[in-house]
Parts: sequence; C-alpha cells; structure tokens
Amino acid sequence: MAFFLEVLTGGLLTGVLYSLVALGFVLIFKASGVFNFAQGAMVLFAALFFVGFIDLGVPVVLSAILTIAVMILLAYLIERLVLSHLVNQEAISLFMATIGISYFLDGFGQTIWGSDIRRLDIGLPQDAFVFGASVLGDDIFVNELDVVAAVVAGALVAVLAVFFSKTKIGRALRAVADDHQAAMSVGIPLRSIWMIVWAVAGIVGLVAGIMWGAKLGVQFSLSLVALKALPVLILGGFTSVPGAIVGGLMIGAGEKLAEVYLGPVIGGAIEDWFAYMLAMIFLLFRPQGLFGEKIIERI
Amino acid sequence: MREFNETLLSVENISLSFGAVKALTNISFEIKKGEVLAIIGPNGAGKTSMLNVINGFYHPQEGVITFRGEKRRQMKPYDAARQGIARTFQNVALFKGMSTLDNIMTGRNLKMKSNILSAAFYLGPAKREEIEHRAVVEEIIDFLEIQAIRKTPVGRLPYGLQKRVELGRALAAEPDLLLLDEPMAGMNLEEKQDMSRFILDVNDQFGTTIALIEHDMGVVMDISDRVVVLDYGRKLADGTPDEVKNNQEVIEAYLGVGH
Repeated sequence: MAFFLEVLTGGLLTGVLYSLVALGFVLIFKASGVFNFAQGAMVLFAALFFVGFIDLGVPVVLSAILTIAVMILLAYLIERLVLSHLVNQEAISLFMATIGISYFLDGFGQTIWGSDIRRLDIGLPQDAFVFGASVLGDDIFVNELDVVAAVVAGALVAVLAVFFSKTKIGRALRAVADDHQAAMSVGIPLRSIWMIVWAVAGIVGLVAGIMWGAKLGVQFSLSLVALKALPVLILGGFTSVPGAIVGGLMIGAGEKLAEVYLGPVIGGAIEDWFAYMLAMIFLLFRPQGLFGEKIIERI
Repeated sequence: MREFNETLLSVENISLSFGAVKALTNISFEIKKGEVLAIIGPNGAGKTSMLNVINGFYHPQEGVITFRGEKRRQMKPYDAARQGIARTFQNVALFKGMSTLDNIMTGRNLKMKSNILSAAFYLGPAKREEIEHRAVVEEIIDFLEIQAIRKTPVGRLPYGLQKRVELGRALAAEPDLLLLDEPMAGMNLEEKQDMSRFILDVNDQFGTTIALIEHDMGVVMDISDRVVVLDYGRKLADGTPDEVKNNQEVIEAYLGVGH
C-alpha cells in the first residue's frame, strides 16, 4: 500500500510538470485558436536565458525579471513580425508560422548560449523527504522539488483561471479566439491582445523551464518535453486551464503506475508510450477532452 | 413624418475595389442624427461593403468619410468602436463558446478601464468595475427579453436568438451609430416583429441612430425614416420609403427592365 501511494504521488507530481507545459499551449489556443507548436521552444528559450544570466553572475531574482523582459520582447516581436500579417487567415497558416518560430527559437537560443547542458541550481530542494511519517508502517518518500513545482503550478492556475473567466482582458482573449472580426468590431485591439497572451505564455514557459531545468538540466531536450504536453491537452481539452492540470495529473500518475504494475507483465518502457495510448483512447470517446468546450456545429 | 437635420455621418464619393472588381463606385449619402436609415439593393449591390467601409473593415481607395464633423479618408475598426459605432453581422459573428452574458459583456470592453495588472489578480477596482458593468448588461438582457438564456453558450441557441444576442452586444457599447447587417435574415414572422420592435425601441428610448441593411421590403418600409438604394455598387436612389417605392429605376433594378 505504501509503495502504491509512493508511486502514485511521484506520478502525480511529475504530472504537475507536464501540466505546466500544457498550460502554455492552452493559453495561446484559448486566445487565438492557434496550436502553438513553439511552446516547447519557448520553454527552452526562457530557461536558456534564465540560466545564462545566472551563469553570468546575475542574482536569481534579477535573472528572472530579465528573462521575463526578454519573453515580453519576444512576444512583441512575434506579434509584430509574424502574427500581425496573418489576421483573419486560416488557423493552419498560423500553425505553420508557429513551426517556423519554433525552429528559430531553438536555433537562436543555442546560438547565444551554446548547446551544452547547463546545470540550473537556484537552491530548489533536490532531496527526497519523508512524507506523512508512515502509512501502515512504511515511509513514503517524495521528491521535494516536485512538491515545490506542484505548489507553483497550483498558484499559476488559480490566477489564470480567475483572469480568464472574470476579467475584461480574459473575456477579450476568448472573444478574439472565437471571431477576429467581431472582436475588432467591439473595439478589442487584436494586436495588443495577441501580444499579452504570447507574453503570458512566455512567462508560463519560463516557470516550466525553471522546474524542468532544475530536474533535467537546461538542454535541447527541454524543447521535446512539449511533446508530452500533447496527450495532456487531449485529455484535458485544448481550451481549459483546469483541464491542463487534471490532464497532466492523469498522464503523470497513469504512466508511472502502468510502468510499475503493468511493466513486468507486458514488458518495460511503458512510460514512453502510455500517455499517447491513453490520449488515443480518449479521442475515440471524448474528442473535446474532459473540460474542453463542446464542439457545436449547426447544419 | 419625423424631421432630422443634424448630420452624424456622411460619405462622399466613396469608391472601393478589390483588384478589378468594383464593389462601390462614387457613393455619397448622409446619415442624420436620430434617424433609422435602411440600405437596400439586390444581392451583390455593395450594401455590406458599405457598412464595412463605415466601421473600418474596408478601406476605400477614394472618397471622404465625415463622422461627427471630422473628415477622414478611412476608418479603423478600433477607432470606429471607440467613437461610438457598433455593428452586427450578416452571418452572426458571436463568440460561440461563451455565454450570452459574456458575449454582451465584451460589448462593454471599451467602457472598462481596469488595466492588466489589477485584472490579472482580480483586485478590488477590477472587481468593482466588473459588477458595475454587469448591471448595465442585465438591463440590456431585460430589454431584449433574453433572461432565460443568460448562461447558455450562444452556439447552442437558435438563429433568431443569436441575432438578438448580437444586437445586445452592440447595444452594450452604448453606440451613437448602430449598423445592423440584415438583422432579420432567416427569421420567421414573429421573430421579425420582435426584432422590428427592438430596433424601434432602441431608436426611440436611447436616441441611437441606426443604419440597417434589410431585404424584407415590408419591414424596411415600416421602420425606416429614409432609404438608400444601391445596385451594382452605385447609388440608385435616396429618399423616404414612399419616394423610393415609386422610383422607376428602383423598380427596374428589383423586377428587371420591361421590354
């Protein structure tokens, strides 16, 4: 029992990290109806700048502020140079544009900071600690970093959920996603909305980058973590902030449990494909995801 | 017969083309403050293009638009909205995933002042403002008699109600000039009567100037003070419903020329 709980907790906490990446996708999808292929690259890009500043001897807090400034500038440039030319175009054109942005960011970030693996040590705890003293006589070990990540993710989600559902800007973001022209007709400035949402996605990317970077080191493979966010989005729904969290938890817990309990039966390495399998099954039965907006089409 | 003297908006010699296709040729007319103006014409006459020019979606190659005494070559959608021009669309352009309430709230966008920081954390001022504007939106919902669908995602509503919600969103901006693109298309008789009543009430109670495109001649003749007729991107006639009804050119445009 204690072992099961330990696996479950470990899985859930990894899931939180998936959620952090998925959150960035949801933000941009919600606000522009575009699947942002570059989200993973943005995570890497932010983490590279952050760790780069720290290695130059800049204090941690200042590095974070500088990186946020970089991400806001990046959002401005993306809006200016790419998106503003694509107003009212098909979503697929915008998607293609984000693929381009993704390759550019991967290359540019590494041109500036190099492609070595960088250790990110900002004093986040790395040790496992004993949790809940004992369950049925056994200790449960939990990774402290994962707990920190969970708390951070929880706080981010709470803020974003309120922001989207209760405020003028949140509503404007959703309006832009639904209909560009109608949004413009009620006086929503499309360009600043896009800039805001890309900046917020960049900041969420930074948070994800810091957490993943502390775990794996800052390296190119961070940009591939984004692939794990795909099944999370399919489970949770592309348009739901809470969905990104629940989806992440399900994927995280599911793949760890599957690895430990199914692994010995049907062979190992289940962890690598379990998430995608789960997503596929989900697509069959609930294509809009758990919390996504139901697709309504009038004929 | 109502009299209107003050000009709210005028277009002079507007020409708009897309490549070789001429959508509008040399069009001039005025919209008087307080009136209900109908723009009519056969399909493809350039009616929607004209509305798009007025609210800045299209930028005409030639001509001048004067709004509230200020001359300009073209409008921009954001400026048009800010200066009090609201509109609805031919094919209902609502935010489908959002509720009726939220759709109408977006219409208040320009009236709300809270900035991104206070909004991000839903701080006191942002919250107070939200409640204030919510009250205005509730009044609009009462006015349009759509209380029952307040929380329904608009994508699920029947077409007639969607049109009504769209009108609500435009009204939420408290516009001086309201542009309605076929507000009654696809409606049954009862829905058309309701919509006519709402349009007249808006004009009457709030003094809103209305320019509308409509195909149903019965409705046009009933509710409009003045009618502008377009055909093939040119203006055929401009006058009271009675004058237009008896204009030979208009009759020919609608019924074809007798030989």
